[in-house]
Parts: sequence; C-alpha cells; structure tokens
Amino acid sequence: MPTNVMPPLKAEARDLSFHYGEVRALKNINMPIYDKKVTALIGPSGCGKSTYLRSFNRMHDLYPGNRYEGEIRFYPDNTNLLSPDVDPIEVRMRVGMVFQKPNPFPKSIYENVAYGLRVRGEKNRRDLDGKVEQALRGAAIWDEVKDRLQDLATNLSGGQQQRLCIARALATDPELLLFDEPTSALDPIATGAIEELVHELKQRVTILIVTHNMQQAARVSDYTAYMYLGEMIEFGKTDDIFIKPQDKRTEDYITGRMG
Amino acid sequence: MNAYAMSASPVPDTHVVSDRLSKNAMRHASERVIEALLFAAAAVSVLTTVGIVYVLVSESIQFFASVSIVDFLTDTQWTPLFDDAHFGIMVLVSGTVVSSAVALAVAIPMGTVIAIYLSEFANPKVRELAKPILELLGGIPTIVFGYFALLIVTPLLQKIFPELPGFSLLSAGLVMGIMIVPYVASLSEDAMRAVPMSLREGSYAMGSTRLHTALHVVVPAAFSGLAASYILGISRAVGETMILAVAAGMQPNLTWNPMEPAATITSYIVQVALGDLPHGSIGYQTIFAAGLTLLLITLIFNILGQWLRRKFRENY
Repeated sequence: MPTNVMPPLKAEARDLSFHYGEVRALKNINMPIYDKKVTALIGPSGCGKSTYLRSFNRMHDLYPGNRYEGEIRFYPDNTNLLSPDVDPIEVRMRVGMVFQKPNPFPKSIYENVAYGLRVRGEKNRRDLDGKVEQALRGAAIWDEVKDRLQDLATNLSGGQQQRLCIARALATDPELLLFDEPTSALDPIATGAIEELVHELKQRVTILIVTHNMQQAARVSDYTAYMYLGEMIEFGKTDDIFIKPQDKRTEDYITGRMG
Repeated sequence: MNAYAMSASPVPDTHVVSDRLSKNAMRHASERVIEALLFAAAAVSVLTTVGIVYVLVSESIQFFASVSIVDFLTDTQWTPLFDDAHFGIMVLVSGTVVSSAVALAVAIPMGTVIAIYLSEFANPKVRELAKPILELLGGIPTIVFGYFALLIVTPLLQKIFPELPGFSLLSAGLVMGIMIVPYVASLSEDAMRAVPMSLREGSYAMGSTRLHTALHVVVPAAFSGLAASYILGISRAVGETMILAVAAGMQPNLTWNPMEPAATITSYIVQVALGDLPHGSIGYQTIFAAGLTLLLITLIFNILGQWLRRKFRENY
C-alpha cells in the first residue's frame, strides 16, 4: 500500500488483535500512522474504533481481563508499545489523549495544564508558567482564560473544557495525540473551533482521531480508515476513501446505506 | 449514621402530589389512614428531638438561674457535689476535646489511607472481603472497646510511658480512634468510588501513577464527601461515652495533657446519672447543662459539615 511518495511512519499496527475477556474486539489490524498527519478512524458504533485508539496509550491496561496480540510499532525508535516489557506509563508519557467527554480535573485552569508537567517532575515555576501559556495558546484558549488561570476549570463551558483538555495533553509535548470523538458532546461552534485546532496541530504532532461524523473525518483528516466489526476494512488517503472507496462495505457506510 | 446521611441529602423536596389526588379524601379513605400512620411515624422522631431539646433547655434555664453563665464558661473547677461548689464546664470540655483530638489523630489518617487503598488499589475481591469486616468493627459495643482500652492498651502504653496512670485520655482516645476508623473509611471510600472513571482515565493518560492519581485527582474530587466523613467522626468522638467512662477515669480535671486522667462531658453525665441525686437539686440540673453543651458542640459540627458539603459540592 505505501508507495515511495508516502511520508515517514510514526506508528504501525501489525496483526493487532484485542480481547475483552473472551470477546475478540479487534481482528488482525494492520495499519500505518503517518508522521505529522491526521488519521481518522470511522465506522459504525461498536466497530472497535475506540478500542483500537485506546490500545495506543495502553488504556486497556487499567482494567482486568484485557489482552493484546500483535504489535504497535512506534517510530523513530521502533518500540513495540504493547510489549509487556514496556511500561504503560512510559507509553502515556509519549502518547497524549483527549476524551469524548471533557474531563478537566477539579483544580484550577493552571493546575490542569500543569498536571502532566508536574507528573514529569517539573518544579521550576518559570518553566511551568511558560509551558502552561504555550499549551493554552496552542489550544487556542489562552485569550479566554489568561485573566483567570486560578479559577476552577470545571466552571468553564463544555467547548472551553475540551480545549483545556487539549492544552493539558499538549503541555507535555506528546509525539502522538489521540482524540476519542472529541466533539460529540459539543455544539457546532465549539466543534468548529476544535476541528480548526486539529488542523493547526498537525504541524507539530501526529494525530489519530475517532469520529462518527463522516463530514468531520473528510474535513480534518489526511488519511482515513474504515472499521467494521473489529476489522480494518479499508485504509487510504481521505480523498480516495470518500470519492472512490474500493470496498463495497466502505461505500455503503459512506453513502449512508448502512450504519 | 442514616439520619445524618438523610439530613445531608442535597436533593430538594420537589415531590408534590397533584390536587386531584390529594384532596379527594373520601375516594381514598384507606389511603388517608395510611398517610396519617406514616405522618405519625415521621412525627415521632421529630417530636422526640423537640422534646429532648425542650427538656434540656428548660432544666438548663433553672440551672442558670442559680449559676451565672460567665462562671459556667470561665470557672476552672468542676465540683458540683462539694460544699464549695464550682461549675466550670471548661473542665469537662477539656477532657472531651483532648480525647477527641487523640481519637481523630488516629481515625482520620487511618480511615483515609484505608479508603484510598480500598477504592484505588485493592482488587475487587479484596474489597468485597475487607469492607464488610471493616464495618463489623463498627458494630462492636463500645463497652467492649472500653475494657480493651483499660485492660490491654493502657498496660501496653505503660511499657512505653512508665509514668502513665491506669486511667488516661491517651489510652481511651486511641481506642476511640480505632472505633471510629470504620466510619471514616467506609464513608470516605464511598465518596472516592463516586468519582467518575473518566477523571482517573484522564490522569492515567497523562502518564500518572496510581498513587499520584489517587492523591491529586481522586481525593480532591471527593473532598466534600471526605469532609463529611471527618465531621461524622468528630461527632462520634465528642459523643462517645462508655470508652471514656471505663478507661479515662472520671475525675474532673482541667488539662490539655492526654497522659492524664480526666472526665469528659459524657462520662460526667454517666457518673451523675448513676448516682442518687435528688430530683431538682443543683447537682441534678448540671446533667442538663452539660447535655446542652454537648448538643451545641455536635450541632456546630453538623452545620459545619453541611456547609462544607455545599461549598465543595462535586462538580465533575
């Protein structure tokens, strides 16, 4: 599939399967994630796209009875993120995540953004101030909150909370940023702001985004993968997937005949 | 415990029966009877409380007719049965405060640590086993704790502090703390478990460890519930009677030193109530004045607890 004009790889799933107890939720997924590109995962509910996404930062390790098979290779150092020798905390230090429902901590705006930096042992007040401001600017929320950094983050509006969560993830400079349906709890204006942000962020970070909104996938992504019943049906450039899908099932989903 | 939980419920009473249902009495005669019975049952508990407050206040008024409130609050001796009678309630309050402080110094840290362990670290099997056992500890009669303090804890403490007397606030307070641990742990654990998983996931996704997540996300998010459990612990400590009556000695003693024996408000009431003081005498009336003081102290803590709950209401 990749030709000689493809951009460098950031990560790659190789024969990835995943089991919730006895249930096999992902089946032999092979897929490249290109560096500094936005890759969208689409598919009907329950197709495994969130499960797949949450494998990249080992979120499944939090719950008992989950099992991975296969590999997720992470570049440039070619680490297998799923290897039992790799500490999930190390993985999460490199792979950030933004959740479906905004989940700011019940702390001040400042402390929310500084959270990951403090986890990494950053104590110098001036460095913290600088990185917090940079992250808030990166998430396009600095102007709205700069005068009330000590206010409780949970008092912000839903769209602001979600941008704050993006700032929180950006503050630690992740290599890969996972978005799990980041706009499904937001109104159209807040959604537009987040989509614009995703577009800007790909200058500096590789993005993997789950969405059940096909227009959103078409708007923000460079590559799109269509998943169905735990399988990756089709992967390609977003334009190709939406204009001339190769697989009948992809075409049915995209044209609204299914899902 | 239940009464406290109910009174602390933040949900306003919006349950209103429509006129069509409530006014048509004859059609629902049996329903009216049941309604009256339920009302009577509810009224009993309210009236009992009102009655207790009435008795305490009216008897205390008689007491304060012969003893000035200033003396009551500032005198440094409590000798109501002597010829030279003094009525300084601070003597009893000091015993209550010191024993409660010792108890809370045990119960709050231990209860919180146990709650953090059960909620954030223990696997489900351990939790299912440990929590009922912990709550069983709360069901042990306090008189048993009292003798445990007197016969086991005090001799052990005397090996460390040879000068410790046979009765002491320290020994009684430590055991009282152990008695309160299950209440604090159980309520704190409930509060922490109510913190949504999405907050924990957010913290783990930042590369945080379990301990860091527990201390920096779960505990702050559950703060109002934790505060409520601490306040309940304080109320239990201030109101506890038997452990102190058995193990702390009953001589009134104005002291802030836990190594000494002293009477508390509650243990004084037991002592006088067991004696045969003539009804209406000044000595008899001291019970009510002491009881009123106790009621006011617990009331203040309950109001403080309600206020903390409202101020730090969970807002996920």
